[in-house]
Amino acid sequence: MSALLQTENLTKRYGALVVTDDVSLTVEEGELHAIIGPNGAGKTTLINQLSGELAPNGGAVRFAGKNVTAAGIDRRARQGLLRSYQITSVFDEFTVRENATLAALGTQRHAFSFWTSLLNDQKALEAADEGIAAAGLAALADVHASDLGYGERRQLELAMALAARPRFLLLDEPMAGMSVQESAAVVALLQSLKRKYTILLVEHDMNAVFALADRISVLVYGKLLVSGTPDEIRNNAEVRAIYLGEEEVGHS
Amino acid sequence: MTFSLLLAQLLNGLQYGVLLFLLAAGLTLVFGIMSFVNLAHGSLYMLGAYAAAVVTGATDSFALGVFAALATGTVVGMLLESAAVSRLYRRDHLDHVLATFGLVLFFNEMTRMIWGPQPLFVALPESLSGTIDIFGFSYPAYRFLIIAVGLAVAIGSSWLIHKARVGMLVRAGSVNPQMVGALGVNIRLLNAMLFALGAALAALAGAMAAPILSVQSGMGEPVLITTLVVIVIGGIGSVSGAFYAALIVGLTDTLGRTYLPLLMREFASRDVANAAGPALASMLVYLLMAVVLAVRPQGLFPAHKG
Amino acid sequence: MRMSLSTGNALPVALLAGLALLPFAAAAADEPFFTAFFARVLIYAIAATALNVALGLGGLVSLGHALFLGLGMYSVALPAHFGIANGWIHVAACVASCGVVGILTGYVSLRTSGIAFIMITLAFAQMGYFLIVSLKQFGGDDGMAIPVASEFFGFSLGSPDSVYGVAFCLLVALTVWIARLRSAPFGMTLRAGRQNARRVASVGLSLSRYQLTAYVLSAILCGLAGMLLANLNAYASPSSMSWMVSGELIVMVVLGGMGSVFGPFLGTVAFLGIEEMLKAVTEHWMAVFGILILAVALLGKAGIAGLLARSGRSNSPARKGAKGPLLAESGVQP
Repeated sequence: MSALLQTENLTKRYGALVVTDDVSLTVEEGELHAIIGPNGAGKTTLINQLSGELAPNGGAVRFAGKNVTAAGIDRRARQGLLRSYQITSVFDEFTVRENATLAALGTQRHAFSFWTSLLNDQKALEAADEGIAAAGLAALADVHASDLGYGERRQLELAMALAARPRFLLLDEPMAGMSVQESAAVVALLQSLKRKYTILLVEHDMNAVFALADRISVLVYGKLLVSGTPDEIRNNAEVRAIYLGEEEVGHS
Repeated sequence: MTFSLLLAQLLNGLQYGVLLFLLAAGLTLVFGIMSFVNLAHGSLYMLGAYAAAVVTGATDSFALGVFAALATGTVVGMLLESAAVSRLYRRDHLDHVLATFGLVLFFNEMTRMIWGPQPLFVALPESLSGTIDIFGFSYPAYRFLIIAVGLAVAIGSSWLIHKARVGMLVRAGSVNPQMVGALGVNIRLLNAMLFALGAALAALAGAMAAPILSVQSGMGEPVLITTLVVIVIGGIGSVSGAFYAALIVGLTDTLGRTYLPLLMREFASRDVANAAGPALASMLVYLLMAVVLAVRPQGLFPAHKG
Repeated sequence: MRMSLSTGNALPVALLAGLALLPFAAAAADEPFFTAFFARVLIYAIAATALNVALGLGGLVSLGHALFLGLGMYSVALPAHFGIANGWIHVAACVASCGVVGILTGYVSLRTSGIAFIMITLAFAQMGYFLIVSLKQFGGDDGMAIPVASEFFGFSLGSPDSVYGVAFCLLVALTVWIARLRSAPFGMTLRAGRQNARRVASVGLSLSRYQLTAYVLSAILCGLAGMLLANLNAYASPSSMSWMVSGELIVMVVLGGMGSVFGPFLGTVAFLGIEEMLKAVTEHWMAVFGILILAVALLGKAGIAGLLARSGRSNSPARKGAKGPLLAESGVQP
């Protein structure tokens, strides 16, 4: 396996506060890598730097061997690095299919096309329908996003990322706010996506993380504490002390 | 001769600048804190000028005229806020533009209806119509008064914002209105007071400008747009930014109009200079704004930094 | 393409059909005033439709589009002043000036958003206004008469009838194009940007490029309306590029229905129609009109097209939330 996404000494400061502290993270091609950490560990800040929405103060981000530190989110997306948002952000006025087709088009080519309907773009439409089917929304393809339920909107978020035929998926808490049944469905979905895509998953649901991840990285106060297999993380004394809480340390 | 011309133009620029500041101070707070686009701010300026003209004409007292302008601005500001503006805070900016555009048409036509299309003039009292001599250079006393009033308001607003409790609320409100509301401050009252204060300052500007300009329907719009330039250059929501930017714009415009045509004669033929000089001078503050924006889109002195 | 004629679209289509016949009726009734008046309506409808590309689709609240109307007018007036009647030169001057000014002002304005964007577009338009006013050799404040009309291969825009014909065809073409554009990738990207700018970037599209293109396109189309207006009036004056005109254009778009296909046309008909009626009643019609505009703003802005679409929708068993493709659109992002 080779590294698809890599950060080197990535650092982000807000005044005196260091939110991302010298993080060097490697995500291998084809793995499902999870990032966990207590609230305020700087997970979303890190994701935003990986996706290109936030410029770091120092360090570098490499994607597929290229230094993309200076590239904005739209350029990284066109190179195959796609993200989903923790707070669902889809285009409410559009149908599910329109949302996904626009997402597919964005990474395939430009949108300087002034006459033919977006939905007549066969290549984009095909990718969109694949994404919609993979995210389990095929039955709702013609429904407006504003009419979807909460869980369905999260699925659309995933469908849009998949429609772009990504090499790399950055998923920011895809299960946030979901019911137990909805979460289980997403776990099953991610299980089916595993190996097809390289995935970086930020998630609070520990059961899901330990069930899905090949490797887990633990982020504490902006620092990368440790990376390892689920078993290594489970048995790491530092992680148990800092992350899993004092109770367990006290019990042992 | 040239030195006294320069001095006179500097003072003219300063005087124009402080007038712009009187307009910009209230407007930038309304923009910054309530995120409200108020195109009708120029109408309040116009109403202030009319109030001053009418009351001064009737009572022969310019002081009473200024007082009437302040009262008019405050009352109309409060009425506007409660009847229309407060209902629009939560809407998008397009609604603000529409509503206040309608108000501009309304106020312009109302003044034309009541006072007719002919401009009104305001006579200055004896004590202010003379000139003051400094170092053998004479300058109208009234213009000194404008400068003094403008600087006094600047000092007052600086005190209000940095020292008084209401100023702390204003600053806090401009950064995080929800939080200030959650802490039990009556945001609606604060907004209404701010809007009325801004309106009163605009009316004061109108009253101060009345004796040196003609008071007529539609007089508020050109100065409103220059005020918008001031606010953009200063940084939206920043009162101190509005002050510096008002002086910069006032001086740039005044000096540009005087010296740019002269300067151009040095480089180009008289005909070209005569044609292009005034054209370029009238565009100068807008060019300044474009340059500032190209370099610093958030303005020169943004409100929320540091 | 879902371009079926619903009840909501029937009215604007019937209106357009009626306007196609109007010059003949006016000639038969010997009422040339109507041709001139409705030519003005058509021209402002073109300008409003042009603004709709930036404002309605892209959510770009430009309060400076009168600048482009003015550039279009002076693209006719200045060559005509020097005896150049060739309409193609006028068109070239219009496209070039609106294009270049659109790119420059759009580039700077789009670095900001929200309130600042509104103010900057307004300030740029004012800059153009003062430039024209200060050019005394071209009439300055008073404007300038246009001695020769634009001429295309012998076809002259010298009569209200010919201006009317061209304006009508242009408006129809533009309306058809907007209907296509709304669902074409470019229009979808603009509309997506209005809903959620950040999300557009994360699907790989660089929104600012599309917004700038929309702004420039809208500027050029608005300039064409200005060319027609100059020919209709045989006169160009800075007053038609004052910020009031920019405001009026926004009112026309919003009154009709933002982002919709027929909205700007309907809004223009309503705006100029109400104006004409109020003028007949009182000299101080503007005061009444101002209050009307305030009321429209306070009551919300689905516009006439929105009302028609709603009435059209209630007749059909459409699924909840379905929107007529040609009418109705919600607002800009706050």
